[in-house]
Amino acid sequence: MMLIMRVSHRGIEGPGRLDVTGSQKKYTHPYRALALVLAAVLCLTAVTVAVSYLDLGAFKITAALTIAAAKATLVLLFFMGIGKTGKAIPITFITTIVILAVFIGLLFFDIAYR
Amino acid sequence: MRTGMSVHRDDVGARMGMWFFLYTEIMLFGGLFILYAAYYHRYADDFIAAGNQTELVLGALNTAMLLISSFAVAASVEAMGRKASKAAIILLSFAVILGAAFLFNKYLEWSRDFSNGFYPGSDLMVNGPKGQSIFFALYFVLTGLHALHVFIGMCLLCACIILTAKKRITGDRMVILENAGLFWHLVDVIWIFLFPLFYLLH
Repeated sequence: MMLIMRVSHRGIEGPGRLDVTGSQKKYTHPYRALALVLAAVLCLTAVTVAVSYLDLGAFKITAALTIAAAKATLVLLFFMGIGKTGKAIPITFITTIVILAVFIGLLFFDIAYR
Repeated sequence: MRTGMSVHRDDVGARMGMWFFLYTEIMLFGGLFILYAAYYHRYADDFIAAGNQTELVLGALNTAMLLISSFAVAASVEAMGRKASKAAIILLSFAVILGAAFLFNKYLEWSRDFSNGFYPGSDLMVNGPKGQSIFFALYFVLTGLHALHVFIGMCLLCACIILTAKKRITGDRMVILENAGLFWHLVDVIWIFLFPLFYLLH
């Protein structure tokens, strides 16, 4: 968990200071991990372009959006550090997505049966 | 020895506030994606035919550039956390340059579309299949709104570069940079979804 209070600064050691010696800082990743994530999302981009040329019929857009969701998940987890500062952000983020999904679901309950 | 409380800071609140703003942005673009879903359902064939008109190569290039710029921003946050301000500034500048290249690509694409007769109110749109004009209406609104967000993101990143140079953003107080980074990543995530919907429909 991250420290919230900083009661002193400018060279004064003490319990209020963020400990940076040796250990991983809060929600940071080494550059190599970030580069690996970039390679992964670039690969997934190539995959989604390749898949778009396959004849999948109705499944085409589902496949494209699934791959897009995977890429977005990687960006959210590793570039944005979504899980790293407590549970409030992941919970509220998923709530937002669920609300959007409900909107889409209710929309199709309507228009799919017109 | 305590020197007393400095100016009130609430990094947790600032971060959470930014995320909540991002949720409103998700709802904004989400609503437009819902429009796309509804009209794709209605005019699937027209959408696929119109999807053949978009420039896949430029779209893929744009996707790659935004992803790399997202990496650069994430790396700059990492660098700042390690007190490497110079590296952070270089990485942020690189991200801004990629953003500018993205916007330039968008200009090329739209110019090509306009010269081919794909613009709101053109002959092709008015007299062509209804689904096609709806596809392009959605295309221009969504990519246009997204491009505006890219521009805003670039302004935020430039502000972070200036603040870092002025030592107003340091390794110990970098929530402004983190929040600007979050906005930029969201712009990237939105494009991740825009790309297949408009460029991979063929």
